[in-house]
Amino acid sequence: MVARETPLLDIRDLSVHFRVYGGVLRVLDRINFHVLQGERVGLVGETGCGKTTTMKTILQVLPTPPAEIPQGEIRFQGQDVMTMSQRELVNMRGQGISMIFQDPTAALNPVFTVGQQLTAVIRHASPENRNLNNSQLRERALEALRQVALADPERLLDSYPIQLSGGMRQRVCIGMALSTRPGLLIADEPGTALDVTIQDQVLRLLQDLVEQQGNSFILITHTLGIVRQMTDRVYVMYAGNMVEVAPTQRLFTNPLHPYTQGLMDAVPRLTGGGISEGIPGRIPDYMNPPSGCRFSGRCPHAMPVCSREKPPVFQIEGPEDESHEVACFLYDEPHKVSNYKAELQPV
Amino acid sequence: MSDDIILRVENLRKHFIVGRKGLIKREPITVKAVDGVSFNVRRGETFGIVGESGSGKSTIAYITMGMYLPTSGTITFNDRDLFGHGDRRPLDLRKEVQIVFQDPGSSLNPRRTIRQILELPLSIHQPEKDRLTEIIRLLELVDLPPEFMHKYPRQLSGGERQIVAIARALATNPSLVILDEPTSALDVSVQGKVLNLLIRLQRELNLTYMFITHDLSVMRNLASRVAIMYLGRVAEVAEAVHFFESPQHPYTQMLLSSIPVLTEAEEALRPAQIRSTGEIPSPVDLPSGCSFHTRCPQVMDHCRHIDPLMVPIDVTGSDHIVRCHLFEQANGQVSS
Repeated sequence: MVARETPLLDIRDLSVHFRVYGGVLRVLDRINFHVLQGERVGLVGETGCGKTTTMKTILQVLPTPPAEIPQGEIRFQGQDVMTMSQRELVNMRGQGISMIFQDPTAALNPVFTVGQQLTAVIRHASPENRNLNNSQLRERALEALRQVALADPERLLDSYPIQLSGGMRQRVCIGMALSTRPGLLIADEPGTALDVTIQDQVLRLLQDLVEQQGNSFILITHTLGIVRQMTDRVYVMYAGNMVEVAPTQRLFTNPLHPYTQGLMDAVPRLTGGGISEGIPGRIPDYMNPPSGCRFSGRCPHAMPVCSREKPPVFQIEGPEDESHEVACFLYDEPHKVSNYKAELQPV
Repeated sequence: MSDDIILRVENLRKHFIVGRKGLIKREPITVKAVDGVSFNVRRGETFGIVGESGSGKSTIAYITMGMYLPTSGTITFNDRDLFGHGDRRPLDLRKEVQIVFQDPGSSLNPRRTIRQILELPLSIHQPEKDRLTEIIRLLELVDLPPEFMHKYPRQLSGGERQIVAIARALATNPSLVILDEPTSALDVSVQGKVLNLLIRLQRELNLTYMFITHDLSVMRNLASRVAIMYLGRVAEVAEAVHFFESPQHPYTQMLLSSIPVLTEAEEALRPAQIRSTGEIPSPVDLPSGCSFHTRCPQVMDHCRHIDPLMVPIDVTGSDHIVRCHLFEQANGQVSS
């Protein structure tokens, strides 16, 4: 296989468990995930599948305990995140990775003005920013608000979040996230809390900014249509497993994993055609997850092997050397890759 | 014709006083949540109401349920005035109109078993029947096993909880069921099961639905007619198919152009010439004239001053009503 470029973010074999009263929740189960420089990656899955846990693990903001990381590796810019010192972590969260959250109302502090919050973020983003004086900070903050197309930024700096509409708040959050000029921007359901016409504006703005600035970008969402519009490559997650990854176009024209297929089928279409039954059953209990494929209990194609063994990842040939990977026994032979990990990581 | 219409809403207004301004006069600050809405719901159909938050769609549902009294205007159900008795609606009228709320997590009492939850409407509305057999019948009707009656809501999944809420709404044998965003809190893989159940129940029990949602893709597949609301007013009413294939009001077009879609075929349906701009104005401080004029790409001078009327248009050969000056002119009836 062709030597890969070193990814900006590289997660290998990561498991995350939560120790709770009555047992251990095995949430993330040996997931692999990477983002290349300048790449826009989508992470799709339904409520409780581990999308947000994955991102919190990257940023090392999961409370431990109850969370624990029994195995796995996270590298950001080649550096192991889990052995970083507190100072390195702070710098990574400032300059390296920024995050936009679902609910801008909860993400902004209600008792500080937009300006106070924005300048604080900029000041702590990097060691050299700490030497900026107040007017320089204010200038940087104004610039951040201008780039997210907010009218009258001067007045906005002195406003409290409650004085802004939901769409404006999310724009402020985007401006704040980009004000530190991060290498990687993570957006966790950035439009879900907004009305559809406002969501459209905010997402288009986000898309334009990411394109202009060339950030790497992770978009987490449960809305498939948004991923289709905004990303280059998509990971599909189910119950703490990465079940499929493919270039966006390919995933939407040719979904392979039964879960991905079921999910796409379940979305009602504007063209009509009725409502599909959806996927029967429900997400497994993380306390006692099935020992085989975690989707096997709901899968219309389940075979005996599925409930015994965890499916390995199969590489499916694409038209132009596109890598399409799916964790499902249906794609065993002739594409079987006996040791997927060895292939990803030439030693 | 009249017996075809189960619910007739005429010039409905609901204004909420949210505060007072001025030192001496203390003039009320009002939110015009619903401001002059008229529509008819036909027997046996699924009438969809679409709108963004603050458009007044849930307020209409709550007024119809009797949770609020309207500020003015009337709603008649089978030609009976729903508010003829003030806020004490007679039981026989109450049982006819039931509602399913958005979030079953908060609409079901966590300290009651499913049996107790289903028993309450039965004890009020059908005291003569045997409740246990009725509860079993209700659970069967919605495809839940009878053992579920001993469970608590927290022991059920989100989809199952919503199905219990549907069973509760059906306990009184209603003829009109208001569905207020019944699947918005559910994952898409579960949503289908609930929606298909609703479709089957409608067929089997001859129900009429007033279906409220912000999800246009769901609306396309479920509703027979759709009304679109913007800031307390109806912008457009049309049959679902026409609504999606030839949207007329600029706001409808903007809304359709904003939906994220999965296929090329769907993309072709989205109006490409229009893009979402501007903020939704505050309902406390509505713009003069047409309330959409601040965001409308085709705004004309008189849109800023004169409120448009609802006019029927003949683009699709069926009932299609639009509230927009663009169409008033075409029909030669400019309002004064």
